[in-house]
Amino acid sequence: MGTVYDTIIVGGGLVGAALACGIAARGRLVAVVDGDDRDFRASRGNFGLVWVQGKGAGFPAYARWTAMAAKYWPDFECELRETTGIDFGFRQNGGYDFCLDQVEWVARSEEMSLVQQHTRGEFEYEMLDNTELKRRIPQVSGDVFGASYSDHDGHVNPLYLLRALHQRMQKLGCRYYPNQRVISTRPKNGSFIVKTSSDRYQAKQIVLCAGLDNQRLAHELGMHIPVHPIRGQLLITERVESFLPCASLPVRQTMEGTLQIGNSHENVGFDDSTTLDVITRLAARAVRIFPHLSGVRLVRAWGALRVMTPDGVPIYHRSAHYPGAYAISCHSGVTLTSLHAGVVADWVCDDAIDALIAEFSAERFDVSNTSLRV
Amino acid sequence: MFRTLASGSEKIEIYLDGKPVPVPAGISVAAAMLQLGALPTRLTPVKRSPRAPFCMMGVCFECLIEIDGLANQPACQVEVQSGMRVRRQCGAGELAS
Amino acid sequence: MRCRGIGIVKQTCQLVVIGAGPAGMAAAQTAAEHGVDVTLFDDQAQPGGQIYRNVDTSPLADTSLLGKDYVFGQPLVQAFRHAELDYYACTSVWYLDKAREIGILKQGVSHKISAQRVIVASGAQERPMPVPNWQLPGVMTAGAGQILLKSAAMVPDNGVVLAGNGPLMLLLAWQYLRAGVNIHAILDTTPKGNLFRALRYLPRALAAGNDLWKGLRMMLSIATARVPYYHCVSELRAEGDNQLQAVSFSAAGRHHRIDTDLLLLHQGVIPGLHSLQEAGCKIDWNEAQQCWQTKVDAWGETSLSGIFVAGDGAAIGGAVAASLSGQLTGLQVAHQLGFLDAGRRDHLARPIIKARDRQLAIRPFLDALYRVADAGMIPPDDTVVCRCEEVSAREIRDVIALGCIGPNQAKAFTRCGMGLCQGRFCAATVEQIFAQQRGESMADVGHTSARPPLKPITLGQLAETI
Repeated sequence: MGTVYDTIIVGGGLVGAALACGIAARGRLVAVVDGDDRDFRASRGNFGLVWVQGKGAGFPAYARWTAMAAKYWPDFECELRETTGIDFGFRQNGGYDFCLDQVEWVARSEEMSLVQQHTRGEFEYEMLDNTELKRRIPQVSGDVFGASYSDHDGHVNPLYLLRALHQRMQKLGCRYYPNQRVISTRPKNGSFIVKTSSDRYQAKQIVLCAGLDNQRLAHELGMHIPVHPIRGQLLITERVESFLPCASLPVRQTMEGTLQIGNSHENVGFDDSTTLDVITRLAARAVRIFPHLSGVRLVRAWGALRVMTPDGVPIYHRSAHYPGAYAISCHSGVTLTSLHAGVVADWVCDDAIDALIAEFSAERFDVSNTSLRV
Repeated sequence: MFRTLASGSEKIEIYLDGKPVPVPAGISVAAAMLQLGALPTRLTPVKRSPRAPFCMMGVCFECLIEIDGLANQPACQVEVQSGMRVRRQCGAGELAS
Repeated sequence: MRCRGIGIVKQTCQLVVIGAGPAGMAAAQTAAEHGVDVTLFDDQAQPGGQIYRNVDTSPLADTSLLGKDYVFGQPLVQAFRHAELDYYACTSVWYLDKAREIGILKQGVSHKISAQRVIVASGAQERPMPVPNWQLPGVMTAGAGQILLKSAAMVPDNGVVLAGNGPLMLLLAWQYLRAGVNIHAILDTTPKGNLFRALRYLPRALAAGNDLWKGLRMMLSIATARVPYYHCVSELRAEGDNQLQAVSFSAAGRHHRIDTDLLLLHQGVIPGLHSLQEAGCKIDWNEAQQCWQTKVDAWGETSLSGIFVAGDGAAIGGAVAASLSGQLTGLQVAHQLGFLDAGRRDHLARPIIKARDRQLAIRPFLDALYRVADAGMIPPDDTVVCRCEEVSAREIRDVIALGCIGPNQAKAFTRCGMGLCQGRFCAATVEQIFAQQRGESMADVGHTSARPPLKPITLGQLAETI
């Protein structure tokens, strides 16, 4: 076993890798223990948005948290790109979320207004009707009722972002242990032992960033981290000429020129396969928004499992029983990357603790606390 | 690069990049391009590198070409038709309007 | 045959067969003969698959040029044309899932179909043979050369270089010689020692039939034609700027360069597993055949109940074995659907199994003889591995050095395999590079996931699926 790490991070997805970069940058010796190539990996099924619109409409701290993430993104991106030489296509020049009908549009307006209130006006947005939307994006169908728009939003190539984080964390001295299945995590005399299929690791701190596996792993460390999978199916088309000015939902144009189509939600357990009905619906929606895409060919369709908490809001939890044990579970791995490599790393390193983070403790799901939230 | 053994076969006319050319009836667009020596059949969208038909069985998608206004058609899977307009692409195909 | 050129496709089918090659035709006919309601979809305009392509509609004045094994397909195709089943030509299957939901594309219209049983008979594809500059115009596969010959009566005009190994390459050389084509050279990449290692399988191969003698006769006629033949060829490179100009290689310690505008590559065939993998069937690594193959029971049923695979899509065995395995699968489907009791099925299967095993007896010899050297599958750094996204072998090695967990993550990190071919021409190479760099077996490395669509479909067609 030998080395005793300062921090061991379980999970090498977007959350784990970003946190590893942040902690290692603060001078700690970090080990990242990662799973297998065929595990469920939300980081590889991502839509790639840096997205503030509508986040935390029902949870003010989450709205502020997301707005803060978006604000930190440009500096974070600049540093990561310059230190790795990887352009992961970050553009934060606004984002559209299309509303096909008036019902969607009205619901969206309410959501956006709540987010603005929660962020004390920091979050700015516009609700556009079809005429204004068509003025900005002429290819939009007259059939689309309108869209919400916000300057804060943007997008990246999430796969290149993950690669950049991996490159960065290793440059910062993190030890990366891929293809390990974690069998157990247990506290031992003020430190933690992580036993995997092929090895054992010891560290003073442990942070669980293992996506859907967090629930199982956290249990051993006396933490209750309720997460469940919500499947999203995604489509990617062939490359087409650039026509979308910025990020958008549920169709976006990637840095390569392909179109990504998504935003389906299904509660089907641990099944990441595709279904004909859902991919048909996704395509139909995309063509309804942009009829000129009708002749564009689908290249790939796949399913991925989102890591969902009961209220859809991230969990940043530290164990009360075992100081040094943490768990992070969230769905918006891309948007929150700038915080995970920043203020969340501070929190784990006990340097400076952002007051907001306490709001995300998993204690909010304890039965005795539920009355406070209803 | 290729010649035909069926010299007496029926010919039809297609338009290649706007110019009328005779080709044997009943063969694929990719086969016609090879027989005409019209290579490369496209430049890739990624690095603008020249490509031509490769597998001829609809697996590799190297032979993508614009046919009758539709971009990115697999030429080895489409039979030539009289009057067909075939156009070689440079980069990502244009969207039909 | 109830040939459905146009017309309504049933929304629920008893049995859907995918592919009208030897396995698909046999499976469909056998099941239909026992009363199963069979629907068969095939990409091509004519039945026969790649092996018997255009066998009864060839533009060639004299198909005997192509050899007896090709002409052997003629009665099979004609019998299929008379079978009592629904056959849809020019119809691609673009989607298959574990619930046996199938998406087909016919005349630009996408249909959703569900089937009680599915037999995938999607055949084989050529093993990728990545050499530097293999993406240049003028470099094609030997299979492509053969398709041009069968379907368009086309042969090389200014001569050709054939490189690689395997029965198909020899067959094509033999066919080209009969057609009077000038072969500049044959570059045989079979590594030294293969023949020696194959010898132990020779008695079984000899006992099995005349395939071996056919092969020897072909080799002899190539030898007498005085085609320059180089053995143990390595360091093969295609050369040229915008088009192939020459081929360079090493043989017997010397470096050679041959001018040519056409290079045809071949190093064997591998099962076409895309639809099976996409549906979620379990697949295993076959070390003898150096490829992934579907895990199946004795009748060809995969790990997903109700989904079968027949022919080369299960394991490479050649056209005759494929046809026999198709018959077995057809029998089992008829049995499962209640048209045939187990006793009758077994009785009918016995002679078919015997004939198939006889056909397969030569395989261990061929697999050992034509075993591809690691260097044939693991290219140097400057080779384009992924032709679609133009990703080099160097980039793959770079991400492996970063600790990349496997081929699927490598796909994410580099876009390798994200193009229209969906990794059909790069996945195996990436996996081999992983195995070599990490000193692991292919089984440990694991395989790349396959995703729908199996065939091109536009958003508009998908959106309007009926």
